[in-house]
Amino acid sequence: MAKFHIIDLERPPRIGRLIDTLFDHMPEIESDRAVLLTESYMQTEGEPIITRRAKAFANICEKLPVTIREEELIVGSATKSPRGCQVFPEYSFSWLEAEFDTVSTRAADPFYISEETKSTLRSVYRYWEGKTTSELATSYMAKETLLAMQHNIFTPGNYFYNGIGHLTVDYAKVLRIGYRGIIEEAEKERSKYGFAHPEYAARTHFLNAVILSCNAAITFAKRYSALALEKAAGCSDPKRKKELLQIAANCARVPEYGASSFYEACQSFWFIQMLLQIESSGHSISPGRFDQYMYPYYRADLEAGKISPAFAQELMDCIWVKLNDLNKVRDAASAEGFAGYSLFQNLIAGGQTPDGVDATNDLSFMCIQATRHVLLPMPSFSVRVWNGTPHEFLLKAAELTRTGIGLPAYYNDEVIIPALLNRGLSMEDARDYNIIGCVEPQKAGKTDGWHDAAFFNMCRPLELVMNSGCDRSGTECDGTQIGPKTPPVTSMKTFEEFFDAYKTQTEYMLTLLVNADNSIDMAHAERCPLPFQSCMVEDCIGRGKSLQNGGAVYNFTGPQGFGIANMTDALYAIKTLVFEQKVMTMAELKEAVDHNFGEDIPDRSAQELTAKEMRRLADSGKAVTESLIKDTFRRLKCAGNTSDFQRAKYRKIRERIDSVPKYGNDISEVDDFAREVAYTYSRPLEKFKNPRGGQYQAGLYPVSANVPLGAQTGATPDGRLAFTPIADGVSPTAGKDTNGPTASCNSVSHLDHGIASNGTLFNMKFHPSALEGSTGLESFIALIRGFFDQKGSHVQFNVVSRETLLDAQQHPEKYKSLVVRVAGYSALFTTLSKPLQDDIINRTEQASF
Amino acid sequence: MSDGIHTVRGRIFDIQKFSVHDGPGIRTIVFLKGCVLRCRWCCNPESQNWEIEGMIQNGVKKTVGRDITVGEVMTKVLQDKPYYRRSGGGLTLSGGETLCQPEFARALLLACRASGINTAIETTLCADYSVIESIAALVDTFLVDIKHMDSEKHRQFTTQPNDRILENAKRLASSGANMVVRVPVIPTFNDTPAELHAIAAFAHDTLKAKEMHILPYHRLGYDKYIGLGREYLMGDLPSPTKEAMTFFKDICMSAGITCHIGG
Repeated sequence: MAKFHIIDLERPPRIGRLIDTLFDHMPEIESDRAVLLTESYMQTEGEPIITRRAKAFANICEKLPVTIREEELIVGSATKSPRGCQVFPEYSFSWLEAEFDTVSTRAADPFYISEETKSTLRSVYRYWEGKTTSELATSYMAKETLLAMQHNIFTPGNYFYNGIGHLTVDYAKVLRIGYRGIIEEAEKERSKYGFAHPEYAARTHFLNAVILSCNAAITFAKRYSALALEKAAGCSDPKRKKELLQIAANCARVPEYGASSFYEACQSFWFIQMLLQIESSGHSISPGRFDQYMYPYYRADLEAGKISPAFAQELMDCIWVKLNDLNKVRDAASAEGFAGYSLFQNLIAGGQTPDGVDATNDLSFMCIQATRHVLLPMPSFSVRVWNGTPHEFLLKAAELTRTGIGLPAYYNDEVIIPALLNRGLSMEDARDYNIIGCVEPQKAGKTDGWHDAAFFNMCRPLELVMNSGCDRSGTECDGTQIGPKTPPVTSMKTFEEFFDAYKTQTEYMLTLLVNADNSIDMAHAERCPLPFQSCMVEDCIGRGKSLQNGGAVYNFTGPQGFGIANMTDALYAIKTLVFEQKVMTMAELKEAVDHNFGEDIPDRSAQELTAKEMRRLADSGKAVTESLIKDTFRRLKCAGNTSDFQRAKYRKIRERIDSVPKYGNDISEVDDFAREVAYTYSRPLEKFKNPRGGQYQAGLYPVSANVPLGAQTGATPDGRLAFTPIADGVSPTAGKDTNGPTASCNSVSHLDHGIASNGTLFNMKFHPSALEGSTGLESFIALIRGFFDQKGSHVQFNVVSRETLLDAQQHPEKYKSLVVRVAGYSALFTTLSKPLQDDIINRTEQASF
Repeated sequence: MSDGIHTVRGRIFDIQKFSVHDGPGIRTIVFLKGCVLRCRWCCNPESQNWEIEGMIQNGVKKTVGRDITVGEVMTKVLQDKPYYRRSGGGLTLSGGETLCQPEFARALLLACRASGINTAIETTLCADYSVIESIAALVDTFLVDIKHMDSEKHRQFTTQPNDRILENAKRLASSGANMVVRVPVIPTFNDTPAELHAIAAFAHDTLKAKEMHILPYHRLGYDKYIGLGREYLMGDLPSPTKEAMTFFKDICMSAGITCHIGG
């Protein structure tokens, strides 16, 4: 008998209709949560913060409007309107208030907001002035840190303005014992600490908060049970009436008690998943190993003849749709960095059990099928690959890739497990990893990983080297010293001197990044500890403290660097052309870079720079005239290139740079160099500690920030023009890897992925013809296998033709549901901003020959 | 293995990686320069002459052909070993005609044997049988071009009769070589059911080949002829349609052989 029971099922008609309902309107911002939160806070002034958080959560669970959408089998919604979002003023609010009138028309991720909601939120916001985590974090930061952030060297914006998220809780535990079981556990723990115990205060309040939060979750589900009963009573369609009665029964039992069927487990899972995203605004709340913790319920029902595979599939499809019902509004700049309304709820199938045997089961295949049925950005669907992964599983995954949806992402156990062991995880825990958000591995239910802690633009330290630590964000140096005063580059005699200066700038900036992250970390612990999510992560109950206070078994902070390809190519070009071949001097190179290699800069960037310059002049009391603005714009636009002779000279330098070998072509000398360049970021980070008692670990991925942050970065000595995108993740620079997919895979696998234990991201783009037929699929799988054999960690694919994407830009209305891979996630192509769309189109496309 | 084979020199005009249509799995194709046939439809006209020559491509003059040692080729070939291992792929020698450089071909195949790399050659078999025999044991798959069963028509379109080709194919088949028969489907030359069926029958009945590939004519070589300053003899004949190819495939299958469109 075959090991797996793989059934190809048609998509149930219900699923199509659920999706249509979801995408009918522009998502809307709602104010209910903010109002309820504030109402509770006003009543709890002076109480311990953990108690206040629990009471606020309870108030929300008791009063948030409950909604069952047409035909739903799995219920529970964060908002009345489909794909709507709540707001979270306890983290920050001023950006949203400032964007009230533009948020519905902005390019990236627009949201509708009614005038009524605006006015409600305006009045709520007054309460929060001076009380947010972001304000507290700012006050904790060193002034050097604030300066570096002002100059866009790095940005911790994610956690600076929002909740942390980036977590997989112990779903299995709630499915097994319910919140009732967790309450009992907390009560038992509480009883250990008598009135006179020195930790009575700290622990008791936390454990009480846990109990209150669990009860709140139960209440919330019961309200859904009541609503379903009410709807059933008024329902004339006998089939739907029966469904509603079943929903009512499910919500009456779970998540209060352990699930007694697969359907109950699905409903219970959904309440956990949704409520976590009501408690805080952190994204990347990742379902993790759904195929593992759900399987026992499926198998039991199947063996007892209580469920058909088709119905189980339909329930999973419903969950997949619901994962797209949750949403989050971000500030305009972050929206570009995380474009595509993504919540990065990463769900992973396959891999190994904690005992190290293959974990693939029928649900793993059904996860692939659910993703095929819904073809939506959520969940961020991933698969784990190890040496023992069944080939039929990879075939199904590859078929999904072939649809062009950009899913799944492939992860290599053989790299990730040792990398986690090196970070102190036990063997069992390391084998049980799942992926958070984009590409970040963690052990579910035991980790507070802080995985997306900051974007670090690796190109910026190089700009600082070129200007001895002064910022030259653009075409002109404003003279502010933000980094160490490294020697003038024109006086450098050896490449080592130059590389050392790069390391010096990087390491200094990393200390400031750590300063920023640790300040934010403290602010969250102080102002937004989260009792509900903490109750599902070991060992918060045992330690009697929240996740934000260091309750987790494993604690990390993982900021991500990006720009490896640019920095490798830039440093390698400098080494080759200036110091070895001596075909140009450093002064000549610097001059060319400062003048954007003789090319004009984009209007938008020139306008921004002009505005900045005018503000600076105005601040220093100088008169700003119309003609001064025009002159400045003209000068900045042409990057100071005054004559054709100069332009030609700079272009010649860029041509020389172009002829130097580039990363991504399987040239060992360049790839060895890339490895060293990546170490300049990943090695120094390892020595830093966070306030939760954990360690820093590097990630190498950009989400989609390589585009907006590239727009703040001047020309770089790899020939990259000012303000254009930086290479994404560990991928080669677009268009520079010209030796085919195996060569780029070889180059990328040459990096040390093990030390970048917060994840690395490799994007590949294939023309659909490359995956045609069984030959195409088999070769594709062999390519992944070959890449992973050489210790690549992650790879993901866009399989969509260039022509299709160009057409979608022209006729967005025809491509409303075209999903593409952006970075560690997929998004609807037409919802992305134009520069990001262009970036995706320009990624090197690999065809087969 | 002696260093001897690594210093053998040959003349190639391209090395192409991640090829999935010329032999099993993911392959690296080494294109050898020089050919005995002059097929009118040839899409790689720069492969035909032995001489290193200039070709204008996208307005830039580029040199076609370079002399290279086996060692240098193998450095490139070995870079993709992980992918060969996972896909059952390896090296494919193509051309031009591989058999025009027997010593170089043999040395490359020996080097592959030493590194455990699967080998294939794409060939017209238009050579002395002794040459074929000298490498046959080192080749895992022969991709044999049989273009037409009629010798005169073959000569008209390729400049050479087919007698020696068919004879060599028979001898090679009887030696037990693993053989795939490949047929370019060329309008006005062999795109009729009768002509294709005749090749399929020969492949199946006489050669006992397990597989046959039919490759549709395409015009992608046009620019190269212009770039070489040569005349494109095929005029503006259209490529066979997908439907036509499917029909031809069924014709070939009716001779009893497994047939694929493309490699």
